Amino acid sequence: MSSIELLLILVLYLSILFYIAYWSEKRSHSKWTNNAYIYSFSLAVYCTAWTYYGSIGVAAESGLGYLPIYIGPILVIPTWMIILKRIIRISRVNKISSIADFISLRYGNSRFLGALVTIICLFGILPYISLQLKSISDTFYIVTKTQASSNIFTDTTTYVCIALALFASYYGTKYVDASEKRRGIVTAVAIESILKLIFFLIIGSYITFFVFDGFDDIYAKASLLENFDKKNTIGGLSQAINWFFLCILSMFAIFLLPRQFHTAIIENNKERHIQTAIWLFPLYLLLFNIFIYPIAWGGNILFEGKGFNSDTYSLLIPQYFDNKFLTVLVFLGGFSAAISMIIVSSISLATMLSNNLLIPYGFIGSLKDISQEKNSKRIVNSRKIGIFLLIIVAYAIYRGFVLDYSLVSIGLVSFVVIAQLAPSFFGALFWRRGSKKGAVTGIILGFLVCLYTILIPYAIGITKSSSTFIQSGPWGITLLKPFHILGLDYLDPIQHAFFWSMLLNTMSYLAVSVSLRGNYRERNYAEMFVDIDQYITNHENAFVWKGIAYISDIQKVLERFLGESRTRRALTIFNLKYNIDKNDNTADARFIKFAENLLTGHIGTASAKILIANVIQEDKISLPEVLRILEESKENIIINKKLTDTSRELKTISEKLKVANEQLINKDIQKDEFLDTVTHELRTPITAIRAASEILHDDDEIPQEIRKQFLKSIITESDRLNRLIDKILDLEKFETGKQKLHLSKNDLSITIKNTLASLNQLIKNKNISIEVKASSSEIKAFYDEERIIQVIHNLLSNAIKFCSEKEGKITISILENTQNVVIKIHNNGKGIKKEEMESIFDKFYQSRDQNVKKPIGSGLGLAICKQIIEHHKGKIWTEDTDNNGATFVFTLPNYKTTESISI
Amino acid sequence: MKKILIVDDEPNIVMSLEYTFKKNNFEVFIARDGQEALDILEKQLPDLIILDVMMPMVDGFATLEEIKKDSRLQHCKVIFLSAKNKQKNIEKGLALGADLYVVKPFSIKKLVEQVNELIQ
Repeated sequence: MSSIELLLILVLYLSILFYIAYWSEKRSHSKWTNNAYIYSFSLAVYCTAWTYYGSIGVAAESGLGYLPIYIGPILVIPTWMIILKRIIRISRVNKISSIADFISLRYGNSRFLGALVTIICLFGILPYISLQLKSISDTFYIVTKTQASSNIFTDTTTYVCIALALFASYYGTKYVDASEKRRGIVTAVAIESILKLIFFLIIGSYITFFVFDGFDDIYAKASLLENFDKKNTIGGLSQAINWFFLCILSMFAIFLLPRQFHTAIIENNKERHIQTAIWLFPLYLLLFNIFIYPIAWGGNILFEGKGFNSDTYSLLIPQYFDNKFLTVLVFLGGFSAAISMIIVSSISLATMLSNNLLIPYGFIGSLKDISQEKNSKRIVNSRKIGIFLLIIVAYAIYRGFVLDYSLVSIGLVSFVVIAQLAPSFFGALFWRRGSKKGAVTGIILGFLVCLYTILIPYAIGITKSSSTFIQSGPWGITLLKPFHILGLDYLDPIQHAFFWSMLLNTMSYLAVSVSLRGNYRERNYAEMFVDIDQYITNHENAFVWKGIAYISDIQKVLERFLGESRTRRALTIFNLKYNIDKNDNTADARFIKFAENLLTGHIGTASAKILIANVIQEDKISLPEVLRILEESKENIIINKKLTDTSRELKTISEKLKVANEQLINKDIQKDEFLDTVTHELRTPITAIRAASEILHDDDEIPQEIRKQFLKSIITESDRLNRLIDKILDLEKFETGKQKLHLSKNDLSITIKNTLASLNQLIKNKNISIEVKASSSEIKAFYDEERIIQVIHNLLSNAIKFCSEKEGKITISILENTQNVVIKIHNNGKGIKKEEMESIFDKFYQSRDQNVKKPIGSGLGLAICKQIIEHHKGKIWTEDTDNNGATFVFTLPNYKTTESISI
Repeated sequence: MKKILIVDDEPNIVMSLEYTFKKNNFEVFIARDGQEALDILEKQLPDLIILDVMMPMVDGFATLEEIKKDSRLQHCKVIFLSAKNKQKNIEKGLALGADLYVVKPFSIKKLVEQVNELIQ
């Protein structure tokens, strides 16, 4: 294929991507661009050309060595639910726009630290971008079967590179506020991630199933090649340790690489998108890895001894079979992987460069006194130029240094450099004592070790094996050989550099932090970072500041960067949030933090602090005082919580009191009613007796028959009075606990039979049929027979009384379960109203709706029954029968369980 | 002959009252509860009603309220006869428009005197 053809295809492909970015930027609030899948796929910017081509090279040269780069992230991704969420929250509330902002803010908003992190990132990432450019250029020549031109002006890749730089600088700087979301870029990156995976799966399937005859076939043929076994074993303890370090290294990379920080944190719209990412992203990595091995060994089989660059097997194989379409497809996949990385990395680097290096160290003076439009324009332009220059410098590095290296080696160098941020980064999240001095010392020492153990040797060129520096150490000191410091000789160069740099970095970070305390501002931010969940809703409260400041001064600074209307809007929101009078002109700590946040996205945390500090007068606060204030605010939170708890408790108590009071009032009413009823019930027979006696006494002319009637009424009423007194005394005994039960083992069916016998006459009178259902002929229980007879007698009398006049029927059933004996007495009368089911067991309760003449009864029967049954540890109640008559049920503990109950 | 309506659910008390008033030349009607009393009052216009308070269904107080709504019964005298002897019950009964509130147990002789006094 000719260069022109391929360039045309590239232009077409790029313009489609441009269009996608443009389209989604316009619809930045649509669900197509704001969903968990776009987020998850954009994270796959992790898989660069290195994954796409380089892993195949590693697999072909050294077997399974490519795996740790994927195992590391997969192992660490589950912790995202906690760690990433935290980082996202911290970054969101503080308007953080890069990892440099993140680290510098935590360590007291340190300008120097921000700049240092930026420099580390430049050292780490620029060669990495070069590597992507190299892959584009290498593969371009393979597809077009041409040679690279040594003159950069006739070299096609130069122009591809310039086009990329223009695209990135145009789309990467749409907003002055760097913490704003860039939906266009993210969507384009996500689409590219999908495409590169699909293209890779296509070429993988093609090689595995069309060129060869499945995985087994490749394995069978590959195992015949020499060195196969040697390349495909882990190779003892030393290799295992190498593996281990690579895993850790890539675990760090997934958090710290500026492009990962950018896609995972700055571009995160919703925290819950992480939930999708933690399964989708590992799945993505897994799918990518399926065909790496078959392609690598397929290439080894096909091109044995031909000395081709194994990185490019995925292109060489389809080309070998003259499949132009697949060759171009693979090329586009690799191109996608490369440009995603280049664009995202250059955007985040340029932001760091402007916000953490250029503005705070120089530019800031020129931003002071001009209008908002001009300021914004200058910032945006500085970033545009930054992105453009970064890509061009990366291209220069590629031309100058990395032409000879494999993709993987440069990528890993990059990882090791970036890993120097790990101790201060993770320390920022979990350790309050970590100080700026510790972080700076750690990063510098770690970086120096990197410089010595890999950067310098790589710059000199490891291939020049004659270099005495590498072979025998500086001045011939063997203990200082850059790849074997202190004689440590079983680690590969990368792992070796990683080990020593991390050791020194971490140790010095810890040691310095512990021995030299940070200043109050560091301690303040430490609190806000570590306890982010506590401060998430009103983090401005956690900011400690003392001094004199006026809102109008700060407002002027804000207007220079935000413009008048946005500043006014922001102030209104702030006043509403904290309920502050808008005429109040004194700024407090909350307002200063709020103002710094507003500026942070535009010019970075350090410059924001500097600008605000210029217009306010801060009093020095000692560290102990900060700790005290923080402690107080913590205590306030705790006290507040306690107060809310207490007031809630008080509320429940007062509700309980209210209920208790109502119950008491009800009890009082009930007592009144009870007394009324007792009086009534006692006076009624006395009234009848008195009236009859008076007549008999005064009237001598009463006919004999009527006299007898009066005398009879005196007798019945006296009996009634006596029964009533007995019952009241009975009930009183039960209620005061004076009543004793005489428990013995009895047979319930016999007790029921006896009770029925005593009621025989009544039953016959009303012509009622009786049915007794028992689960067995003999049901034993411990009870006081006389009392239970009283209960059954009472229930049966009621049943007879209320039974249907025609065809009256009473059913008695006795059931038994492991715990209880259950007796049910049912009559087919009118039934009991639902609202009366409980109150009928009250003393003197008589149904208010008896559609009969007032029945004979004291109103105490059921109350006494209840007492008797409850003293037997049983229960008595009525069942809802839906107007199918009335059912009374009572239980007695079963014979077997009764023994253990002492009554 | 004067007419009297006795309303009470206690048969033995009713028996004594019925005997006594018949003997004193009254025409006696008997009701067992408030509802029955109101039914009788539809057809009869007694000179005096003796009303128990605690009865099933419609109690004495409610019965009197119904009676007072009927213009025909404006001149009918009413005596409450109740075991409820608390001051508040007595006051309530009189407030509803009863002419007399007699507590149980009572003297038959005295009741007859009071009735005669009321009707004259």
